[in-house]
Amino acid sequence: MSENMVMSARNLASGYDGRIIIPDMTMTIPAGKISVLIGANGCGKSTLLKAFCRLNRVYAGTITLGDRDIRDYGPKEYARSVGMLPQSPAVPEGISVRELVTRGRFPYRQPLKGLAAADYQAVDRAIAVMGIEAIADRNVDELSGGQRQRVWIALSLAQETDILFLDEPTTFLDISYQIEILELLVRLNRENRTTIVMVLHDINLAARYADYLFAMKQGQLIREEKPADIIDEALIREVYGMESRIITDPVYGTPNVIPVGNPSLLRE
Amino acid sequence: MRKRVWISSIVLILLALAAVFLSLWFGARIIPFRDVWSAVIHPQLDSYNTRVVHARTVRTLFGFLAGAALGVSGTVMQSVTRNPVADPSILGVNTGAALAVVIGLVFFNIARPEQYIWLALAGAGLTSALVYGIASVGASGITPIKLALSGATVSVALGSLLTTVLLPDTDAMNSYRFWQIGSIGAATREHMLLLLPFFITGLVLALLLADHLNVVTLGDEMASSLGVNVRIVRLLASAAGVILCGATTALAGPIGFVGLMVPHLLRMMTGSDVRVMLPLSALGGASLLLIADVIGRVIGRPGETEVGVITALLGAPVFIYVIQKAKVRSL
Repeated sequence: MSENMVMSARNLASGYDGRIIIPDMTMTIPAGKISVLIGANGCGKSTLLKAFCRLNRVYAGTITLGDRDIRDYGPKEYARSVGMLPQSPAVPEGISVRELVTRGRFPYRQPLKGLAAADYQAVDRAIAVMGIEAIADRNVDELSGGQRQRVWIALSLAQETDILFLDEPTTFLDISYQIEILELLVRLNRENRTTIVMVLHDINLAARYADYLFAMKQGQLIREEKPADIIDEALIREVYGMESRIITDPVYGTPNVIPVGNPSLLRE
Repeated sequence: MRKRVWISSIVLILLALAAVFLSLWFGARIIPFRDVWSAVIHPQLDSYNTRVVHARTVRTLFGFLAGAALGVSGTVMQSVTRNPVADPSILGVNTGAALAVVIGLVFFNIARPEQYIWLALAGAGLTSALVYGIASVGASGITPIKLALSGATVSVALGSLLTTVLLPDTDAMNSYRFWQIGSIGAATREHMLLLLPFFITGLVLALLLADHLNVVTLGDEMASSLGVNVRIVRLLASAAGVILCGATTALAGPIGFVGLMVPHLLRMMTGSDVRVMLPLSALGGASLLLIADVIGRVIGRPGETEVGVITALLGAPVFIYVIQKAKVRSL
């Protein structure tokens, strides 16, 4: 993959069903980095993510990929540059892991033609990178949540895009699987230079794995920077409306948010 | 994976051949196997038994085509809606086609198959849009149960409308009575030739969309981000499904549950690759319909029990099973 294409939004207004969730957003996604969107429920994180993936309408302003408006790309052409893993994709009955991963090659398929050598190579590579060779011929139905998520990421990997968006990739997973998936994404980013943008709910994991954090509130971007530079008690108060103390993660040295809550409740 | 597909293909080809042969062989009069064989091998021979076999040939070919159309239509509809209970009879599409045909018959005196086949298509198309629209209202979107309920409701509503149109008209009522059960016994060569182009159109359209449908089964968002124009694919594929089942319904009457059972049994055999399922569901649908027709001819002797009755008897338990399984899956 060559130099990553830069993606940015200028004065973007977006939403769905005619409702504007994000009134006016200007931002640039750092190429080749891991960016994480954080914010309270309903702040517009997913809406923004989907706008970048052309799943939500652009009501005003523009989103550009490279030097072209994303609306000027053909559907398959766009899908060769930008991938997206939704929160809960559907698993067809009785599909094998390899078959599912192969569907990630759709944007490269020619009408009425079978799979090309490049398709098989991309699928094999994705399966190897995600470490799912051993289960490649099993049915996806039978897999655990963590394994299943690896398979979905392998599908996105087979899509061979410059940029990969993920909507809460760790939701529904045990903590150990959450770490595993996030570390896989870090490897993907470091080895393939894939730009990764994701929504995460766990702010401590976000602080640990993100190169850049985008903190959102009510459809607006409040701050964007390296996690260590922006996470403080004031930011947490503003974004989540909650008191907290910030300590330093003893292993990674990244900020760790301790919610204060109401300690007297437990101090009988 | 590959192996399962090969085995299933061979099994289904043999099954379809067997079904064709059974359909020529059995009936109110059972022809000795030897005579069936000689009638197939030497069609120019003229004997009473040969003539019976030849009379059954039209019915068999028509049944084959109708069953194949219903099987493919079920596969397409289930993939488009990502819903295991999508089937022309359950979705009320058959009733919609019937209502359109009856309105044509009563008010416009349209009684020729090559005319009312278009009415049936229009009725089927409008009804599927209506059922789909009703089922998608509400926060949770389309679920198997909601789709089935919406289909049943629309079906009942259209059914009573149909009765209202039909009741005052004795002649129309009479011709409707036989059509309404679903039968291939009255099929003529013209019926068969009329169905053929619709079958080919629907099948080719579905095959062209197979790759897209495979991606659509992963969910709308996933499909869009893989470069599929979900709305257009859904529209075209629904059109294919409606052409297949609407044309069949117009000519054979509503034959239920074939489109439900066939894709379901196939998924258990081969997995859910639409490219594989489309041709196999044609064979499976044809086999099922012909075998059901043979059963109807044998148990109904000296008359016959219409094939629509038999498929409903076979299909109802499968439907209950699928609904229960779907409930577990959607949690």
